[in-house]
Amino acid sequence: MKRKPKFNRDYKKKYGFSDSVEYTQKFPKGLNEEVIRRISAIKNEPEWMLERRLKSYEEFKNRPTPMWGANLAQIDFDNIHYFAKASGKKGRKWEDVPEKIKTTFDRLKIPQSERKFLAGTATQYESEVVYSRLKEEWQKLGVIFEDTDSGLRKYPELFKKYFGKVIPYKDNKLAALNTSVWSGGSFIYVPKGVKVKVPLQTYFRINLENMGQFERTLIIADEGSQLHYLEGCTAPMYSTDSLHAAVVEIIVHKNAKVRYTTIQNWSNNVYNLVTKRAIAYENARMEWVDCNLGSKITMKYPAVWLLGRKAHGEVLSIAYADKGQTQDAGAKIIHRAPDTSSIIKSKSICMNGGRTSYRGLLKATHNAKNSKSKVICDALIFDNKSRTDTYPTNEIDAQSFSLEHEASVSKISQEQLFYLTSRGLSEEQATSLIVSGFIEPIAKELPMEYAVELNALLDMSMEGSVG
Amino acid sequence: MNAQQKNNLLEIKNLTVSSAGKTILKGLDMGIPAGQIHVLMGPNGSGKSTLSKTIMGADDVEIIKGRIYFKSKRINELSPEERAHLGIFLANQYPVEVPGVNLSNFLRIAYNSRFTDKKKHMSPLKFRSFLEEKSKLIDLSIEFSKRNLNEGFSGGEKKKCEILQMAVLEPKLAILDETDSGLDVDALKTVFMAVNKIKSQNKAMSLLIITHYERIFNYIKPDKIHILQDGKIIKTGNRELLKSIQKFGFKKFSK
Repeated sequence: MKRKPKFNRDYKKKYGFSDSVEYTQKFPKGLNEEVIRRISAIKNEPEWMLERRLKSYEEFKNRPTPMWGANLAQIDFDNIHYFAKASGKKGRKWEDVPEKIKTTFDRLKIPQSERKFLAGTATQYESEVVYSRLKEEWQKLGVIFEDTDSGLRKYPELFKKYFGKVIPYKDNKLAALNTSVWSGGSFIYVPKGVKVKVPLQTYFRINLENMGQFERTLIIADEGSQLHYLEGCTAPMYSTDSLHAAVVEIIVHKNAKVRYTTIQNWSNNVYNLVTKRAIAYENARMEWVDCNLGSKITMKYPAVWLLGRKAHGEVLSIAYADKGQTQDAGAKIIHRAPDTSSIIKSKSICMNGGRTSYRGLLKATHNAKNSKSKVICDALIFDNKSRTDTYPTNEIDAQSFSLEHEASVSKISQEQLFYLTSRGLSEEQATSLIVSGFIEPIAKELPMEYAVELNALLDMSMEGSVG
Repeated sequence: MNAQQKNNLLEIKNLTVSSAGKTILKGLDMGIPAGQIHVLMGPNGSGKSTLSKTIMGADDVEIIKGRIYFKSKRINELSPEERAHLGIFLANQYPVEVPGVNLSNFLRIAYNSRFTDKKKHMSPLKFRSFLEEKSKLIDLSIEFSKRNLNEGFSGGEKKKCEILQMAVLEPKLAILDETDSGLDVDALKTVFMAVNKIKSQNKAMSLLIITHYERIFNYIKPDKIHILQDGKIIKTGNRELLKSIQKFGFKKFSK
């Protein structure tokens, strides 16, 4: 008897529930200029933002759906709600969050984790942030942690300076879509020299069927500052698809350090098409830690542009694809200054017909003298039904650039399984241990609470099937 | 089975086994009583490793015919996991690397799986001191088990790691498949002194030691020596047998 491993088994019970929240705003499906004007009006935005939205919408309409990656042909952009707002006001205190939504986040254990190890928390439900709080000690130091809508209202100068500068709306079709209908997300500013030692976290939740979530995150780490930002996401299981198309822009100033960690665990009916990019100035350090476990299709390639001397960029990622899932993930690093360095480490696991792809771009302009990069892609494949691909692109125009590239594909080996089961472990335990060992080099970078969560998500079910 | 065979911890009857389409063991009989040390010798390709893998339940060997009894219970159909729970242990000739898997963590999971009785289960803290004691038997510090399972280990470290696992899992039958090969003189001494210490703490444990080399008789005093050739035990005797092997090699026994 062979038992088939199956991860994420408890998704339905733990995250896959939906709740009957009342909505004060729930737009009919479909996108047009009127929808965009209404979103902007609800948010009472400045004129320039509405203009930007409308221009982006034109761009979105005129651009074809990208064909070079995962198959997006089935996305029906007319069958999506572009805005929904649950009733009730945004809370500063957990008690103020509307009861139904509170129950949701209680079930997702959000308030507990905030008390335990976070400097601040925000939670986004559909289009809007329903709760956000930054601990006082960080407020006093001038740290700003707001939902992006409030950020635009309260800090128009910062906003005008940075919004859309890292990822212009013309970057790609999904970025254009996001810029035209964006709502929610996090706005963070860390002042010069302030080191936020504990992470800030946002939790994203989609509840409605056919919902589109388009959060927009903007993070500015001023000179010499430090920040660790965490995000997690889940959604109910529906038979038809939802869309998550976020844009995340990060500016890491001289000598600053930012780490952005994602545990993406959308249900497997969500298209997750996200543009994430950071620019790093002199001696700055940007790290993306990106774990993709859920979604139907993910296309995401966190990017770092190294614009200042000695800047450093890292993209560490884990992708896991089970039946019906495609994880098309990777990294982009652009070296545009001397003495810059970068590391890309990608670990992917596929089983039961799932598909993982590593897609990476490593580019060095002629300015990037004495720079170096190391790229490691490892894939673990469980069976003959599953598929893994590697698409690395290297464009090196710099002299004295050192590039190391390692790639490996391995199957769960019968020898390892025999070795571990002959010590008394079940086949599930053995497989689970091999997988957790495989991702260990990335998992050890996560805060303990997240590492535990990740291992629990990846933990083997006791469910066996004869085959 | 006669009374003696019923008393044996391990009893193998008329075992025929194939691997990759080739018949390796051809009607092998063998019995090991509880508490005894047996040595299995034989030329290359005689089927020594196939026998150890068959006893442990590997799926790249196939039993064509015959029976394996452990404590008078037929175990032919049991999975490696179930055999481990009964107390069978195999120290592998070539232990496989399992990258990223912390050794002490693995050992605790293995220990708690091996002993299905929950009363024997240990908390991480309690297990740590238990592991520290066991490590000392093999002259290893607790630091050793902070490493990943066999990852980047030297040949000698891998063999020591196998014996550490044996010490932790407290088997009723331990099969050492050429644990002595590839060890230098000092490591050989350390490893087999450790085997003796483990045996003296656990007198009911039986050992089946597979080897090519007589040098291990400097450390091990076997109750029986078996000679395996062409898939069959062709001779079983006591230590006197060793003298004949030294004098004439294995060939003498094949007729």
